Amino acid sequence: MVEINLDRAIKNFKKYRYLLFELTKKNIKLKYRRSYLGILWTLLEPILTTIVLTLVFIGIRKKNDATFPVYILTGRLLYSFFSQSTKQAMKSIRSNSGMIKKVYVPKYIYPLSNILSSYIISMISMIVLFGAMIIFKVYPTVYIFNAIIPLFLILVLSLGMGLILATLAVFFRDMEYLWDVALMMIMYTSAIFYDASSVGAQWIFYFNPIYHIIINFRNCIYGHSLDPQALFISAAYSFASLLIGILLFYKKQDKFILNI
Amino acid sequence: MEDIVSKEILKVENVGMRFNLMEKKVDNFKEYVIKFIKNELRYQEFWALKDVSFTVNKGDRLGILGLNGAGKSTLLKIIAGVLKASEGNLTVKGKIVPLLELGAGFDRQYTGVENIYLYGAVLGYPKELIKEKFNEIVEFSELGDFIHVPVKNYSSGMKARLGFSIATVMEPEILILDEVLSVGDAKFRKKSEKRILEMFDKGITVLFVSHSIEQVRRICNRAIILDKGTLVADGPVEEICKLYEEKFIGAEKASSKPKKKKKKKKKPATEENATNTEAKTDTAAEDKDKIVTKNETEEEK
Repeated sequence: MVEINLDRAIKNFKKYRYLLFELTKKNIKLKYRRSYLGILWTLLEPILTTIVLTLVFIGIRKKNDATFPVYILTGRLLYSFFSQSTKQAMKSIRSNSGMIKKVYVPKYIYPLSNILSSYIISMISMIVLFGAMIIFKVYPTVYIFNAIIPLFLILVLSLGMGLILATLAVFFRDMEYLWDVALMMIMYTSAIFYDASSVGAQWIFYFNPIYHIIINFRNCIYGHSLDPQALFISAAYSFASLLIGILLFYKKQDKFILNI
Repeated sequence: MEDIVSKEILKVENVGMRFNLMEKKVDNFKEYVIKFIKNELRYQEFWALKDVSFTVNKGDRLGILGLNGAGKSTLLKIIAGVLKASEGNLTVKGKIVPLLELGAGFDRQYTGVENIYLYGAVLGYPKELIKEKFNEIVEFSELGDFIHVPVKNYSSGMKARLGFSIATVMEPEILILDEVLSVGDAKFRKKSEKRILEMFDKGITVLFVSHSIEQVRRICNRAIILDKGTLVADGPVEEICKLYEEKFIGAEKASSKPKKKKKKKKKPATEENATNTEAKTDTAAEDKDKIVTKNETEEEK
């Protein structure tokens, strides 16, 4: 049985929130410490991949779309946040095994701090999107404020998936490879660099929460209202994964130490 | 009545720890599925601790004695909250800080300064307290300007000094020492022992595991003996050490008494050798322990 003592959990979280802050800070700091350009890479990486993707796929696209780089960026930024944060969260328990074996710390702090640091880095790279919007004349409308909803949902989804994967990766070492394959499938079914309407098998998109989050994020950027169906599907996926993630993690966390 | 209750800082009640040993380790999904289908997922029960009960009062310095595989490390892990006992209750009042060997738990890429904050946070201290104690930690560790250098460039002695400083300057209520008092050079060892003795005066509670009975005698005022996972003796340190020497180590060692330390230059040396080899076999046994613990508990899957 899974028992979660909420009162105690909150008290414990308060006690360790400084650790959460320190670990998140550490992840961000160390990511760019040894690189010459430092935090600039968060901006350069999406710029470069967008240029490449634009050059490669603009010919294949039927529509003549001057805002194609913005289209790519909206999908690319969300997807890369999801893939990076879940990958890091998955490894977090194992890579902190030295600590976990010696000192008591609420274990969810490790995946959570990884998700948060990836999220902050992704938010910084949103600067590139704003730049691209100005260059390609996709001017923000009042709908841009809706963007907070898909951005929140992807955080919830990543956290849920991160907790599930972190738990599974403790018991099964091949989870990392399986997840790499799954991420690739998610990427190709997210309509990052093509039009979803050009795909014959539309049913495939129902399995991909990222696709639905990207749709709504694009709606916000391009000045449309949120798509209710996509909103419903993405919210359902996100909260379901968070719930499963929390339950699974709590149920199995006492066994982690025996397997790492 | 109330006075007695408030003095009790740690209470271990009927604690048992069961490990499920699997004949072959399964750590990937493919093998797990295959074994599951072939119905080969079998476990063997192994009790590392069984029905252990004792209480520790504030200011007690408890030595935990026992041969290899007696369950000492398992017990300490349960007390530290790292392992969850399969049965029984554990009540801890106050902050437990384990003193880790050679600065385990530092981030290698982080500088000493950053690691002080990180390590303090891991131990559950708020930022303000770490800030307050920061200078004291740096001073005690004697690292000087090296505090701004990444920890990966530290010598093992430097790491140990920094780890010791952080763990002790914060003044926890309960300190767990698992065979770690022999770090650093002679000068720092002296300093750290002095520091620990100072903490005794302030009423810190210590749980101490060591194979050196001399050290246990010097540091502890109470001791328990574990044998194959059960508690066999509990009492004042002198009595228990004697019993331990007689029962577990053999009669020849019982003759060496701590008070003749200075004159017997040769004998302590041989004794030290003896404890060294003991420690070595212990680590080997602990490695085995690790494999054992890794092997188990894929149950319920």
